[in-house]
Amino acid sequence: MNYRRRKTTNYIMLGICIAAFFIGAIFLFWILGDVFLKGIKYINWKLFVELPKPPGIPEGGFGNAILGTFILTILASIIGIPIGIMAGVYVTEYGSGKLAWWTKFLTEILSSFPTIIIGIFIYILIVVPMKTFSALSGGIALSIIMLPVIAKSTEESIKMIPVSVREASYALGVPKWRTILRIVIPSAGSGIVTGIMMSIARIMGETAPLLFTSLNNNYWSYKLNEPIGSLTVLIFNYATSPYEDWRNMAWAAALILVFIVLILNIIAHIYTGKREKR
Amino acid sequence: MRIGDRIFKILAVFSSLIIVGLVIGLFIELLVTSIPSIKKFGIKFIIDTVWDPVAEKFGALPAIYGTLVTSLISLLISFPISIGIAIFLSELSPPFFRRTLSFIIELLGAVPSLIYGMWGLFTLSPLIQLKVGPFLQNILGFLPFFQGYPTGVGYLNAGVVLSIMIIPTISSLSREVFMAVPMDQREAGYALGMTKWEVIRKVVLGNAKSGIFAAGILGLGRALGEAVAVTMVIGNFYNISVSLFSPGVTITSVIINEFVEAVGGLKISALIELALILFIITFFVMGFARYYILRRIENK
Amino acid sequence: MKRILILVLILLLVTNVKAAMLLNGAGATFPYPLYARWFYDFEKISGIKVNYQPIGSGAGIQQIQAGTVDFGASDSPLPGKDQQASNLIMIPSVAGGIAIVYNIPGVGKGLKLSREVIADIFLGKIKTWDDPKITSLNPNMKIPKINITVVRRSDGSGTTDIFTHFLSLVSPEWKEKVGAGTSVNWITGIGGRGNMGVAGYIKNIVGTIGYLELTYAVQNNLPYAMVKNKAGNFVYPEIPNIEAALENFPVQKDFYVYPIDAKGKDSYPISGYTFLLIRKNQGNLEKAKALISLVNWIYKEGDKTAKDLYYVPLPQKVKSMALERLKELNYQGKPIH
Repeated sequence: MNYRRRKTTNYIMLGICIAAFFIGAIFLFWILGDVFLKGIKYINWKLFVELPKPPGIPEGGFGNAILGTFILTILASIIGIPIGIMAGVYVTEYGSGKLAWWTKFLTEILSSFPTIIIGIFIYILIVVPMKTFSALSGGIALSIIMLPVIAKSTEESIKMIPVSVREASYALGVPKWRTILRIVIPSAGSGIVTGIMMSIARIMGETAPLLFTSLNNNYWSYKLNEPIGSLTVLIFNYATSPYEDWRNMAWAAALILVFIVLILNIIAHIYTGKREKR
Repeated sequence: MRIGDRIFKILAVFSSLIIVGLVIGLFIELLVTSIPSIKKFGIKFIIDTVWDPVAEKFGALPAIYGTLVTSLISLLISFPISIGIAIFLSELSPPFFRRTLSFIIELLGAVPSLIYGMWGLFTLSPLIQLKVGPFLQNILGFLPFFQGYPTGVGYLNAGVVLSIMIIPTISSLSREVFMAVPMDQREAGYALGMTKWEVIRKVVLGNAKSGIFAAGILGLGRALGEAVAVTMVIGNFYNISVSLFSPGVTITSVIINEFVEAVGGLKISALIELALILFIITFFVMGFARYYILRRIENK
Repeated sequence: MKRILILVLILLLVTNVKAAMLLNGAGATFPYPLYARWFYDFEKISGIKVNYQPIGSGAGIQQIQAGTVDFGASDSPLPGKDQQASNLIMIPSVAGGIAIVYNIPGVGKGLKLSREVIADIFLGKIKTWDDPKITSLNPNMKIPKINITVVRRSDGSGTTDIFTHFLSLVSPEWKEKVGAGTSVNWITGIGGRGNMGVAGYIKNIVGTIGYLELTYAVQNNLPYAMVKNKAGNFVYPEIPNIEAALENFPVQKDFYVYPIDAKGKDSYPISGYTFLLIRKNQGNLEKAKALISLVNWIYKEGDKTAKDLYYVPLPQKVKSMALERLKELNYQGKPIH
């Protein structure tokens, strides 16, 4: 009898999980589908190589914004990934005291900061003294947004590694730093990569912080000390404009943005190898 | 070897200090910029309900209320769904499915928040106005939460949009943590005669408690700080209402709406004071969560 | 992977080659589409690139004051003393009109509204479309009995600034209860984000009324009202009427002017300028010359494209006054030529 009840509970709960999955999946695919359907109509190769054209002049593209998004993302990653991972490492491998507790706590707080405030912060700190909007300030602002996600994912992934793995390494005489670098981090690899991909996806979709740091640029630009274009600001400007072809381009840009993240995701997973546990 | 360890440790400590330093720096900047507003309005800022830029009278209560309500709704909706998704992907679905679907869900994190806002405005809003609103009112109309005419924009819309935005965050991290629970733990459970659900509940969820908590916190954080999407669907009516159908404001929607046009020093100061209040709310909410909830679930 | 990263870094560091002249400007959102067109054409004939970003009038003013851009743009005029205090000159670039748009089944373009009625609607005193105050002005139209939903802006904007100045002028009650500014404490209505947000609400919700820059009303095919002007005539927010308003409104040297409720039988009462803000003391001679040639080109060649996009060119006398003001620019104390 008891077994029957447990079995029923089993089926019900599993059913609920599957239902939850479908509910979530429906919404997510709905939005993705929307972006896909609205954007696919206006995709053409010109979007990647041409500059934005004003209303009244047909066609045009936003190659500079695509390049700009890439540059900003790379900049942010170079700064954010190492620091994020190392912070996660600190709280799990070295921290049992106050600093670790505060780091964990403040990381959570940082993750909830409105990104516009982070943009304003960097504006005050970097843009005003430099007397110019710049790709550099944009990259830094984005890296701050990345940090908490990467740090948390790293922390949680490392936590899941059994102590025995480390102890085996120490038993073999491997120093702590080597253990962390060569064994702990790679074992937590999948989780860390997920964290990185999530944060990259996140910053590629951010608009507000860029408005105060990298501004935007209608021309090809790659210099770190000049404003630089980005897909999100372009989408923001175009989607809220009165011109239909601009609005169409906004959807196309959104689709391209998602696509880029998809490709980066694929590359990341290929590079770190698929972790087969089952 | 000692040197390697030293350097590595210093780098790790340094990275932690950067995060700590950033938060402190942000706090100081918020505080300093808020001072004119704090001086002028004092504690009344938190209880006043008027936002009048012309008369330069500012009060934060409707914004605080809206932020709390929308974040709460979003967490209530997205948390169970995200955990359900994570369980499904890590425990119930075939490997190929899992990889593809995980990809796609992570992809959604990249959709610019503006797009979520537009979806909320053009797709969700008519739905609430014409279908969901009346439906809820039929069944639960006696509750004050569901009274009033559903225009389609308001707390409910913003809460739903936010919940969809944070599903990828919560579910991805949870999924990773579930998958990291060693297989032999599960097998031990089966060996003891547990049903699949019991294994999931006791072994997987049991081991992953702190990860689930972290995922939830990250999701909540994202919901509290989201600006662009919320402002498009919250209705922007500086008001407090118990009805979920009513339009309102959130701290972030007020900031993003008014900051770029704000020329007066006092207004900017008031806006930054709003951000400061958000910081303090977040500090206490997350502090409470960390101190009480986390300790409890880790000691169980 | 590491090598690719290093390559990218080197590429970024090495690309400090001297590029063509680039001017950075930021601010007002209203003229953005026109500026985009103007600067595109300007680059073709001069080779000078102008990167303009519509981050908002307030931000535009902040940025030119902070020195992070070469020129700022604002839909709201900056008072003369503020210009002095920040060492800026302010000149108008183009003008526009604010249309009163609505969504009333069966009612197309040309609903007649008086200035007082508009104020009362936005004050929440007139609540249905078939109110006698409205029907008496439109005896030949069949207006259904539906509620009025007021749509206004949720974000701060120059459009709101001009519209609320208008309301304050024609309605003492509005002036006392709400006042004028880029962002006000609205008595009623739902807030749309940006001109597009307002247009979206008007399109999708029946019974709405709102205020929009003419460009947006036209591009979205929204019907707009005929507004009664000071002379007693009902006029459309169309280019000739706005031009009439500008011609009939005196302009002073610091250009702090709201050309609302102008005299003249054809004048459209809700019109406004948009402005450029430039530092008086220029730090870079090349850039200063570029700015001057930009303004001159706009005044000489920009009118046609402005009209194509439903913006209103400046009256000739305003242009002359502005060019006089431009002469105040100096480089290291000496005037520029």
